[in-house]
Amino acid sequence: MKNAGQDNTKLFDFFRQKALWVRQETLKIHRHAPETRLASSLSDVEIFTVLYYGDILKFDPKDIHWENRDRFIISKGHGAISLYPILADLGFFDKRELERVCDKDSFLGGIPDPKIPGFETINGSLGHGLGVACGISIALKRKNSNSKVFVLLGDGELFEGSVWEAILFASHHRLDNLIVIIDNNKISMLDYCKNIIDLGSLEDKFKGFNWNTKTVDGHDVEKLYMAITNFENDGRDQPKVIIANTIKGKGVPQLEKDVLCHVKSLKENEVDDILRDLK
Amino acid sequence: MKDIPIKTMRDVLIEQIYQKMFDDEMIFFLSADLGSPVLDKVREKFEERFINVGIAEQNLINLSTGLAFEGYTVYAYALAPFITMRAYEQLRVNLSLSAELMDLNVNLIGVGAGLSYDVSGPTHHCIEDIIIMRALPNFITISPSDSKIAESLIDYTIDVKKPKYIRLDAKPLAQIYDKTENFNLENGFCELIKGEKICLVATGNMTHNALNASKRLQENKINVGVLDMIILKPVREELLFNFLKKYECIITIEEGFINKGGLDSLISDVLNKYQLGIRLEKLGFDDKYVFDLGGRNHLHKINNLDEESIIKIVKENLNGF
Repeated sequence: MKNAGQDNTKLFDFFRQKALWVRQETLKIHRHAPETRLASSLSDVEIFTVLYYGDILKFDPKDIHWENRDRFIISKGHGAISLYPILADLGFFDKRELERVCDKDSFLGGIPDPKIPGFETINGSLGHGLGVACGISIALKRKNSNSKVFVLLGDGELFEGSVWEAILFASHHRLDNLIVIIDNNKISMLDYCKNIIDLGSLEDKFKGFNWNTKTVDGHDVEKLYMAITNFENDGRDQPKVIIANTIKGKGVPQLEKDVLCHVKSLKENEVDDILRDLK
Repeated sequence: MKDIPIKTMRDVLIEQIYQKMFDDEMIFFLSADLGSPVLDKVREKFEERFINVGIAEQNLINLSTGLAFEGYTVYAYALAPFITMRAYEQLRVNLSLSAELMDLNVNLIGVGAGLSYDVSGPTHHCIEDIIIMRALPNFITISPSDSKIAESLIDYTIDVKKPKYIRLDAKPLAQIYDKTENFNLENGFCELIKGEKICLVATGNMTHNALNASKRLQENKINVGVLDMIILKPVREELLFNFLKKYECIITIEEGFINKGGLDSLISDVLNKYQLGIRLEKLGFDDKYVFDLGGRNHLHKINNLDEESIIKIVKENLNGF
């Protein structure tokens, strides 16, 4: 485990501060570009925060294609607006870019692509990321690389059949350098997932597919951090999945209670109110 | 025709890949549970770089993309209709779109172009692929007509770091090309017979019907040209135009749908671009699927793609001059 011992209290406080800042910046981006998917970008804030500020992901903002970096595939592309502030903060690009998301000549769009420093793949169409990640995982193993492949999936994305082709593949080929995090916010576009097609117990499903599986509260930075770092040291030759139970629209009361929050945009004054109250 | 033993294009191409894999450790070969006699050698010798992904074409393309992101040269092998149509969105998002931003060397080897799998019926026919693959930017579509061309593709597939679709007939085809050393593949086509007035423009298996029709017409002192289209995208339009401009009538022949963006449209676009007053006849399938049985020759016959039909259409057009 990294940063073992009492020092972790400081680290977790640092995560919470960063997560709050990321949420604020995400809201500001949305205020500027209301067509961005806000609710989906709020459920994964702690996941991004822990990965990027917790010394878990290996990266070099000055050398974005650094061979020894970990590869992070954000398969649920709609929910990635909240990664923009983090990448800017870490020096992948200028923070001023955050003020012109979706503008003419900006490279930061509503859905990210590899034109943005720090993004590996074309995103936006669901169900592709895990299969591509499996290919990268095989490649890294072939190169005897210690780099890992992280993948962020949405739970609604699990309705795509191609995801299950990759889930089968990953365990058969014992891709133990692959760590999937499911942002399990339980809402797809039109309804709760359980009302569309009930995914049941994701933990049971992944265990049944021979994955190393953990379920945590995806907004609890401490538990998230412990789960991921414990996984990193887990020697079993299985692909790993963290089912992060999250709340879609986390931090914005009117989104949290709205089953249609995926497609909801906030008005400018609503964002201002939220920013004032956000803790 | 040269009197040389006939091999399938897939086996000569895979043999070349097999040979390259000894020296080039950056090659991976992925199959969606499709085999071939030569592929057995790859499976045995290069166990670590051969992956059977199962009957899962979508994952085949996604995996290939991941490997290509990491700099590997990938051959992805499956039946032509499934590698193009089952996985079309994977081709679009992960290869076509991504290749706009980076080098990606994924070579799709699709076996079963046109009516290769005649008796298996319309699910196994592949008569849409030229049309839909031409729609994808950054993709190269290659349609070889004999094993010599298939064999000569190897360096191109390794050196040109773009996604490519190689559509291969499943059946052994007679050898057309004696040697390809003097042949510039990147020109994309080859005028096999220089003719007068009429030129038959064909691809893949249909090039053979065109050649045979042309040879029989020669016996009657009718000299029609035959042009073999090998690279269907991108097209060197000006160069192609220079070959087509000497004719008064072009007849395109393809085992594919016509009037939807296939070989016929490709030629039509070139003629329109240079505003040539050349007549264009299109042979291929109208807007319906082929459920008929009775063998490939019979299917050609009832769809005006056999030698007799081509000869008849050439003569009708000659009478029109």
